Amino acid sequence: MAHGCAGRDPVSTASLPPRRGFLLKLGIALNVVAAGLVGVPVLGFIFGPLRRRAARSWIRLGPVGSFPEGETRLAVYQNPVSMSWDGFTARIPCWVRRVEGEEFQVFAINCTHLGCPVRWFPQSRLFMCPCHGGAYYEDGSRASGPPPRGLFQYQYEIRDGQLWVRGGEIPTLSEPV
Amino acid sequence: MRLVRSVGGWLEERLGLREALEPPITHPVPRTTASWWYVFGSATLALFVLQVATGICLALVYVPSADEAYQSLEYLNYQAPLGWFLRATHFWGSNFMVAVMTLHMIQVFLFGAHKYPRELTWIIGVLLFAATLGMAFTGQILRWDQDAYWGLSIGASIAGRTPGLGQAVVNLLLGGPIIGGRTLSRFFSLHVFAIPGALIGFVGLHLWLVLRLGVNEWPMPGRLVERATYRERYAADVQRDGVPFFPVAAQKDLIGMAVVIVAALVSAALFGPYGPNGMPDPTLIDTAPRPDFYFLSLFALFALLPPWTETPILLLGPPLAIAFLLVLPFLAGTGEKSWRRRPVAVLGLLLVVLIVTALAGLGVTSPWSPVMDAWSAMPTPVTYVKGRTALELQGALVLQAKQCRNCHGLGGEGGRRGPALDGVAARLTRDQLIRQVLQGGGNMPAYGKALSPAEVTALVAFMESLRAGQQPPARSSAVPATPGR
Repeated sequence: MAHGCAGRDPVSTASLPPRRGFLLKLGIALNVVAAGLVGVPVLGFIFGPLRRRAARSWIRLGPVGSFPEGETRLAVYQNPVSMSWDGFTARIPCWVRRVEGEEFQVFAINCTHLGCPVRWFPQSRLFMCPCHGGAYYEDGSRASGPPPRGLFQYQYEIRDGQLWVRGGEIPTLSEPV
Repeated sequence: MRLVRSVGGWLEERLGLREALEPPITHPVPRTTASWWYVFGSATLALFVLQVATGICLALVYVPSADEAYQSLEYLNYQAPLGWFLRATHFWGSNFMVAVMTLHMIQVFLFGAHKYPRELTWIIGVLLFAATLGMAFTGQILRWDQDAYWGLSIGASIAGRTPGLGQAVVNLLLGGPIIGGRTLSRFFSLHVFAIPGALIGFVGLHLWLVLRLGVNEWPMPGRLVERATYRERYAADVQRDGVPFFPVAAQKDLIGMAVVIVAALVSAALFGPYGPNGMPDPTLIDTAPRPDFYFLSLFALFALLPPWTETPILLLGPPLAIAFLLVLPFLAGTGEKSWRRRPVAVLGLLLVVLIVTALAGLGVTSPWSPVMDAWSAMPTPVTYVKGRTALELQGALVLQAKQCRNCHGLGGEGGRRGPALDGVAARLTRDQLIRQVLQGGGNMPAYGKALSPAEVTALVAFMESLRAGQQPPARSSAVPATPGR
């Protein structure tokens, strides 16, 4: 704050001597620079996640033998990008369907409509969603309800008798797993 | 008493608070505003203060870590002295705040308070409303239970529909590629620092504008708002017939504030804290996520929208609704203020209120969701088993075992996604039943691959027996009727 302004209009700079006017401009300019310097890390920190890094990697789900042919089972893996403080949320479930031999289908748990967890009913060979009533056939194709497409499927590989999938991102319509 | 007065005098000499605050507190307002209809704004503010106070207390114990948040909430509920009551008060305070704020908004709209010169007061009010809903959503996430986890999953699915930018927006929302520790920290920061900070700033501006422009007078039909004359007339009215805000109008505000605070406390004491509902473990998939009441109408909307309208409505609907509220004072900023002469405004408001409450009501029962345990939990009504053949009884078992009950009711129990099967034999012929089971259609999955021919035969035999005694069986229009049958 400028001092000694008694009796003067405090916001008017016209009456200041030239050096005072310069100091005021310099003060404003320095603060603009400082704000910019603060803004870079602050905005960078908030919007950093917008720049997406490759989060997906190959994850081992278990020996092929633990998935009986013709059945669909829930499998759980540790999220590859997890933090030590993630707790339960680092555990990600998925549905593994062993069609026959080395032919698999690995479905994301998330309904393609709005991401709720779908549940497998072996008796009627359907996946059902508890939120808005989407249903899928055993091969993951859409059976009924609001889902715009079939279940999201992981890429999978068999290496040395182990089933591996590629995961690490929440599947959405714009980025299916 | 003399001591109090002398301490007060000492403080006043230095602080000068009475000198500064007396004019705004006792400023004259129109006599008509000293009404019970004008108490909702101050009641909302009182609830906000309650939320801040209880929120600070909760933050003393709550651990904003995905690993430990749930345990810290359980500790608050069951171990920390009065922790349960603080959690309950914060929860009920938030419910009351959303409800009373909505009443305030409806009242000022009906009284034409958004018109000239109070457009900006309304606009800041809309921002306060949006920020409060933001607090409600982020607060629901901090409960860090199954509803929170899957609520985030729903949020990410909506964000993921953004054309072109989907995954980037998802990352921004979750603080990473997937729900986890960084997500909770993000929402904690929003709920505890960013949004409350904005709320305090907006509340200050809102109050400043109310003081500067005056409390909206009770609208008289036929007394039009004109830019050229309104402020002069208002000033003259206040001068002629005004009353001091304190105590004449403020006494009702004080009572309104105390009533809502006590109501929140009583609800908290009676009903206790809400949640956390189930550990936030995504592998526990036996869950049916539901949002808190303020988002039930949106939840219902998501289930009922025709698929092709979904993405545009999900993405553009909320911003367009907020934008409409923001430009409202510019669409109808002058003219008639009284609700008696604004049929379009009143009917429009009524329509919105009816739609929101009807959707929320549907959200509570959510008839579109399959009842996931109906097939194993609900009994077959005795009347549908009595006197049936072995084949029909076998069919009744198939109907249960193949989860038909999850979507179809029988004797009033079961899902409501599909039509109830009582009396189905009066609606569909044998051939139609077989076709419907095998091929599905009309929002029903096809069961051709999930049923053996023997199971289909039994199931259809059972369904053919499902009609009341006097109802004739359905008849194919392709077959000529046999007289006498």
